[in-house]
Amino acid sequence: MKNLISLISGLTFGIGLILSGMTDPAKVIGFLDLFGKWDPSLMLVMLGAIAVAFFGFRWIEVKKVTFFNEPLHLPGKSHINPELIIGSFIFGVGWALAGFCPGPALVALGYGSNQVLIFVIAMLLGIFLHDQVYKKLFDRHDQH
Amino acid sequence: MQIQWEVFTPIHSFFGGTLIGLATVLLLFFKGRIAGISGILGALMQSHHTPADHYQWRAFFIMGLLLSSFIYSIFAVLPRFTIQANWLMLILAGLLVGFGTRMGSGCTSGHGICGLSRLSTRSFVATLIFMSAGVIACFIFLHLIGI
Repeated sequence: MKNLISLISGLTFGIGLILSGMTDPAKVIGFLDLFGKWDPSLMLVMLGAIAVAFFGFRWIEVKKVTFFNEPLHLPGKSHINPELIIGSFIFGVGWALAGFCPGPALVALGYGSNQVLIFVIAMLLGIFLHDQVYKKLFDRHDQH
Repeated sequence: MQIQWEVFTPIHSFFGGTLIGLATVLLLFFKGRIAGISGILGALMQSHHTPADHYQWRAFFIMGLLLSSFIYSIFAVLPRFTIQANWLMLILAGLLVGFGTRMGSGCTSGHGICGLSRLSTRSFVATLIFMSAGVIACFIFLHLIGI
Protein backbone atom coordinates (compact mmCIF):
# COMPACT_ATOMS: atom_id res chain seq x y z
CA MET A 1 0.00 0.00 0.00
CA LYS A 2 2.69 2.48 1.07
CA ASN A 3 4.90 1.44 -1.83
CA LEU A 4 2.00 2.03 -4.19
CA ILE A 5 1.55 5.52 -2.75
CA SER A 6 5.26 6.24 -3.25
CA LEU A 7 4.98 5.02 -6.85
CA ILE A 8 1.89 7.17 -7.52
CA SER A 9 3.60 10.16 -5.93
CA GLY A 10 6.61 9.69 -8.23
CA LEU A 11 4.34 9.28 -11.26
CA THR A 12 2.31 12.39 -10.41
CA PHE A 13 5.48 14.36 -9.74
CA GLY A 14 6.90 13.30 -13.12
CA ILE A 15 3.69 14.02 -15.05
CA GLY A 16 3.57 17.43 -13.37
CA LEU A 17 7.13 18.12 -14.51
CA ILE A 18 6.35 17.09 -18.10
CA LEU A 19 3.12 19.12 -18.24
CA SER A 20 4.83 22.17 -16.77
CA GLY A 21 7.50 22.08 -19.48
CA MET A 22 10.37 21.62 -17.04
CA THR A 23 11.69 18.45 -18.68
CA ASP A 24 12.78 20.62 -21.63
CA PRO A 25 16.28 21.97 -20.80
CA ALA A 26 15.81 24.81 -23.31
CA LYS A 27 12.81 26.04 -21.28
CA VAL A 28 14.73 25.90 -18.01
CA ILE A 29 17.63 27.83 -19.56
CA GLY A 30 15.02 30.29 -20.87
CA PHE A 31 14.05 30.92 -17.24
CA LEU A 32 17.65 31.36 -16.10
CA ASP A 33 18.35 33.71 -19.04
CA LEU A 34 16.91 36.61 -17.05
CA PHE A 35 19.05 39.18 -18.88
CA GLY A 36 18.29 37.81 -22.32
CA LYS A 37 14.94 36.55 -23.57
CA TRP A 38 13.26 35.52 -20.35
CA ASP A 39 10.66 32.75 -20.04
CA PRO A 40 9.04 33.11 -16.58
CA SER A 41 7.27 29.69 -16.80
CA LEU A 42 9.39 28.04 -14.08
CA MET A 43 8.22 30.64 -11.59
CA LEU A 44 4.61 29.57 -12.19
CA VAL A 45 5.59 25.92 -11.68
CA MET A 46 7.00 26.79 -8.27
CA LEU A 47 4.02 28.99 -7.49
CA GLY A 48 1.57 26.19 -8.36
CA ALA A 49 3.53 23.58 -6.39
CA ILE A 50 3.97 25.79 -3.34
CA ALA A 51 0.31 26.88 -3.41
CA VAL A 52 -0.65 23.22 -2.83
CA ALA A 53 2.28 22.02 -0.69
CA PHE A 54 2.12 25.04 1.67
CA PHE A 55 -1.23 23.89 3.08
CA GLY A 56 -0.09 20.27 3.21
CA PHE A 57 2.90 21.19 5.34
CA ARG A 58 0.85 23.50 7.62
CA TRP A 59 -1.59 20.70 8.23
CA ILE A 60 0.89 17.86 8.83
CA GLU A 61 3.13 19.98 11.06
CA VAL A 62 0.15 20.53 13.35
CA LYS A 63 -0.95 16.88 13.18
CA LYS A 64 2.69 15.72 13.73
CA VAL A 65 2.10 12.16 12.44
CA THR A 66 1.34 10.61 9.03
CA PHE A 67 -2.05 9.16 8.03
CA PHE A 68 -0.68 5.80 9.20
CA ASN A 69 0.16 7.36 12.60
CA GLU A 70 3.87 7.13 11.93
CA PRO A 71 6.42 9.82 12.80
CA LEU A 72 7.38 12.49 10.27
CA HIS A 73 10.90 12.66 8.89
CA LEU A 74 11.35 16.35 8.27
CA PRO A 75 14.77 18.03 8.26
CA GLY A 76 15.63 21.09 10.39
CA LYS A 77 14.74 24.47 8.96
CA SER A 78 17.18 27.06 10.18
CA HIS A 79 20.76 25.75 10.32
CA ILE A 80 22.81 27.57 7.67
CA ASN A 81 26.34 26.27 7.12
CA PRO A 82 29.04 26.84 4.46
CA GLU A 83 28.11 23.55 2.75
CA LEU A 84 24.56 24.80 2.13
CA ILE A 85 25.86 27.96 0.45
CA ILE A 86 28.75 26.45 -1.53
CA GLY A 87 26.76 23.35 -2.53
CA SER A 88 23.79 25.39 -3.73
CA PHE A 89 26.13 27.63 -5.73
CA ILE A 90 27.78 24.61 -7.41
CA PHE A 91 24.34 23.17 -8.19
CA GLY A 92 23.16 26.46 -9.72
CA VAL A 93 26.13 26.58 -12.11
CA GLY A 94 25.57 22.97 -13.20
CA TRP A 95 21.85 23.64 -13.60
CA ALA A 96 22.56 26.53 -15.99
CA LEU A 97 25.14 24.56 -17.95
CA ALA A 98 22.75 21.84 -19.18
CA GLY A 99 19.29 23.02 -18.08
CA PHE A 100 18.68 19.91 -15.98
CA CYS A 101 18.08 19.51 -12.26
CA PRO A 102 17.72 16.01 -10.74
CA GLY A 103 13.94 15.48 -11.07
CA PRO A 104 13.44 16.51 -14.70
CA ALA A 105 16.62 14.61 -15.70
CA LEU A 106 15.23 11.35 -14.28
CA VAL A 107 11.87 11.93 -15.97
CA ALA A 108 13.56 12.78 -19.29
CA LEU A 109 15.48 9.48 -19.12
CA GLY A 110 12.22 7.93 -20.25
CA TYR A 111 12.46 9.89 -23.51
CA GLY A 112 15.25 7.50 -24.48
CA SER A 113 17.86 10.15 -25.24
CA ASN A 114 21.57 9.29 -24.91
CA GLN A 115 22.34 12.87 -23.88
CA VAL A 116 20.07 12.58 -20.85
CA LEU A 117 21.68 9.25 -19.99
CA ILE A 118 25.14 10.89 -20.05
CA PHE A 119 23.91 13.67 -17.75
CA VAL A 120 22.27 11.24 -15.30
CA ILE A 121 25.34 8.98 -15.10
CA ALA A 122 27.54 12.03 -14.43
CA MET A 123 25.01 13.24 -11.82
CA LEU A 124 25.08 9.88 -10.01
CA LEU A 125 28.88 10.03 -10.12
CA GLY A 126 28.71 13.55 -8.62
CA ILE A 127 26.49 12.23 -5.81
CA PHE A 128 28.93 9.37 -5.23
CA LEU A 129 31.94 11.73 -5.22
CA HIS A 130 30.29 13.88 -2.56
CA ASP A 131 28.82 11.17 -0.33
CA GLN A 132 31.52 8.52 -0.59
CA VAL A 133 34.70 10.49 -1.30
CA TYR A 134 34.46 14.14 -0.22
CA LYS A 135 32.33 13.52 2.85
CA LYS A 136 34.52 10.67 4.09
CA LEU A 137 37.71 12.71 3.66
CA PHE A 138 36.08 15.63 5.42
CA ASP A 139 34.80 13.48 8.30
CA ARG A 140 38.23 11.94 8.84
CA HIS A 141 39.75 15.42 8.89
CA ASP A 142 37.10 16.44 11.40
CA GLN A 143 38.01 13.72 13.88
CA HIS A 144 41.68 14.73 14.25
CA MET B 1 15.15 41.86 -19.39
CA GLN B 2 12.62 41.04 -22.03
CA ILE B 3 9.85 38.48 -21.56
CA GLN B 4 9.64 35.98 -24.39
CA TRP B 5 5.85 35.73 -24.60
CA GLU B 6 5.73 33.20 -27.46
CA VAL B 7 7.27 30.44 -25.30
CA PHE B 8 5.71 31.48 -21.96
CA THR B 9 3.26 28.76 -20.83
CA PRO B 10 1.59 30.11 -17.67
CA ILE B 11 -1.41 27.76 -17.58
CA HIS B 12 0.43 24.51 -18.31
CA SER B 13 3.25 25.46 -15.97
CA PHE B 14 0.95 26.45 -13.12
CA PHE B 15 -1.21 23.35 -13.51
CA GLY B 16 1.88 21.12 -13.79
CA GLY B 17 3.13 22.82 -10.65
CA THR B 18 -0.05 21.99 -8.73
CA LEU B 19 0.41 18.32 -9.73
CA ILE B 20 3.96 18.46 -8.34
CA GLY B 21 2.49 20.00 -5.17
CA LEU B 22 -0.08 17.18 -4.95
CA ALA B 23 2.64 14.54 -5.35
CA THR B 24 4.61 16.25 -2.56
CA VAL B 25 1.57 16.28 -0.26
CA LEU B 26 0.83 12.61 -1.01
CA LEU B 27 4.33 11.54 0.03
CA LEU B 28 4.16 13.82 3.05
CA PHE B 29 0.77 12.63 4.32
CA PHE B 30 1.40 8.92 3.89
CA LYS B 31 5.16 8.59 4.34
CA GLY B 32 6.00 11.74 6.33
CA ARG B 33 8.80 12.37 3.86
CA ILE B 34 10.11 15.30 1.83
CA ALA B 35 9.87 14.80 -1.95
CA GLY B 36 13.44 15.96 -2.54
CA ILE B 37 14.82 14.17 -5.57
CA SER B 38 18.54 14.63 -4.84
CA GLY B 39 18.04 13.47 -1.24
CA ILE B 40 16.09 10.39 -2.34
CA LEU B 41 18.73 9.51 -4.95
CA GLY B 42 21.56 10.04 -2.47
CA ALA B 43 19.90 7.83 0.17
CA LEU B 44 19.30 5.11 -2.44
CA MET B 45 23.01 5.07 -3.26
CA GLN B 46 24.06 4.52 0.35
CA SER B 47 25.01 1.04 1.46
CA HIS B 48 24.91 -0.41 5.02
CA HIS B 49 21.23 0.25 5.60
CA THR B 50 19.48 -2.81 6.95
CA PRO B 51 15.84 -1.71 7.24
CA ALA B 52 14.27 -2.52 3.89
CA ASP B 53 12.09 0.57 4.21
CA HIS B 54 15.14 2.77 3.74
CA TYR B 55 15.28 1.68 0.11
CA GLN B 56 11.75 0.56 -0.74
CA TRP B 57 9.69 3.75 -0.77
CA ARG B 58 12.55 5.64 -2.41
CA ALA B 59 12.94 3.02 -5.13
CA PHE B 60 9.19 3.11 -5.83
CA PHE B 61 9.16 6.90 -5.97
CA ILE B 62 12.09 6.98 -8.44
CA MET B 63 10.40 4.23 -10.47
CA GLY B 64 7.34 6.49 -10.69
CA LEU B 65 9.49 9.33 -12.03
CA LEU B 66 11.13 7.05 -14.60
CA LEU B 67 7.78 5.67 -15.79
CA SER B 68 5.99 9.03 -15.90
CA SER B 69 6.95 9.88 -19.50
CA PHE B 70 5.59 6.52 -20.64
CA ILE B 71 2.26 7.04 -18.83
CA TYR B 72 2.07 10.62 -20.14
CA SER B 73 2.68 9.45 -23.72
CA ILE B 74 -0.39 7.16 -23.54
CA PHE B 75 -2.67 10.18 -23.07
CA ALA B 76 -0.84 13.00 -24.81
CA VAL B 77 2.10 13.82 -27.03
CA LEU B 78 5.28 14.46 -25.04
CA PRO B 79 6.31 18.14 -25.24
CA ARG B 80 9.23 19.54 -27.21
CA PHE B 81 12.62 18.62 -25.88
CA THR B 82 15.83 20.44 -26.81
CA ILE B 83 19.29 19.87 -25.34
CA GLN B 84 21.77 22.51 -26.48
CA ALA B 85 24.68 21.29 -24.34
CA ASN B 86 27.36 19.10 -25.93
CA TRP B 87 28.46 15.87 -24.24
CA LEU B 88 31.35 17.52 -22.40
CA MET B 89 29.02 20.15 -20.94
CA LEU B 90 26.52 17.43 -20.03
CA ILE B 91 29.16 15.50 -18.08
CA LEU B 92 30.41 18.60 -16.28
CA ALA B 93 26.84 19.74 -15.56
CA GLY B 94 25.89 16.31 -14.21
CA LEU B 95 28.91 16.21 -11.90
CA LEU B 96 28.19 19.72 -10.59
CA VAL B 97 24.47 19.04 -10.10
CA GLY B 98 25.09 15.71 -8.32
CA PHE B 99 27.87 17.03 -6.09
CA GLY B 100 26.29 20.43 -5.41
CA THR B 101 22.82 19.17 -4.50
CA ARG B 102 24.28 16.66 -2.04
CA MET B 103 26.61 19.24 -0.51
CA GLY B 104 23.78 21.77 -0.25
CA SER B 105 21.35 19.09 1.02
CA GLY B 106 18.74 19.67 -1.68
CA CYS B 107 17.71 20.77 -5.13
CA THR B 108 14.79 22.53 -6.81
CA SER B 109 12.31 20.06 -5.29
CA GLY B 110 13.64 19.65 -1.75
CA HIS B 111 14.61 23.28 -1.12
CA GLY B 112 12.67 25.11 -3.84
CA ILE B 113 9.28 23.47 -3.35
CA CYS B 114 9.21 21.61 -0.01
CA GLY B 115 11.51 23.96 1.90
CA LEU B 116 9.85 27.15 0.70
CA SER B 117 6.42 25.66 1.46
CA ARG B 118 7.60 25.00 5.02
CA LEU B 119 8.93 28.56 5.28
CA SER B 120 12.40 27.17 6.02
CA THR B 121 15.11 29.83 6.29
CA ARG B 122 17.71 27.29 5.22
CA SER B 123 15.81 26.43 2.02
CA PHE B 124 15.10 30.07 1.30
CA VAL B 125 18.86 30.80 1.41
CA ALA B 126 19.63 27.71 -0.72
CA THR B 127 16.98 28.57 -3.34
CA LEU B 128 18.14 32.18 -3.55
CA ILE B 129 21.73 31.02 -4.07
CA PHE B 130 21.13 28.31 -6.69
CA MET B 131 18.75 30.56 -8.64
CA SER B 132 21.20 33.49 -8.54
CA ALA B 133 24.12 31.22 -9.44
CA GLY B 134 22.04 29.81 -12.31
CA VAL B 135 21.15 33.27 -13.64
CA ILE B 136 24.74 34.54 -13.39
CA ALA B 137 26.20 31.36 -14.93
CA CYS B 138 23.61 31.49 -17.69
CA PHE B 139 24.52 35.11 -18.43
CA ILE B 140 28.23 34.19 -18.61
CA PHE B 141 27.63 31.05 -20.73
CA LEU B 142 25.13 32.57 -23.19
CA HIS B 143 26.12 36.22 -23.44
CA LEU B 144 29.82 36.45 -22.51
CA ILE B 145 31.36 33.16 -23.68
CA GLY B 146 28.65 32.27 -26.16
CA ILE B 147 28.27 28.51 -25.60
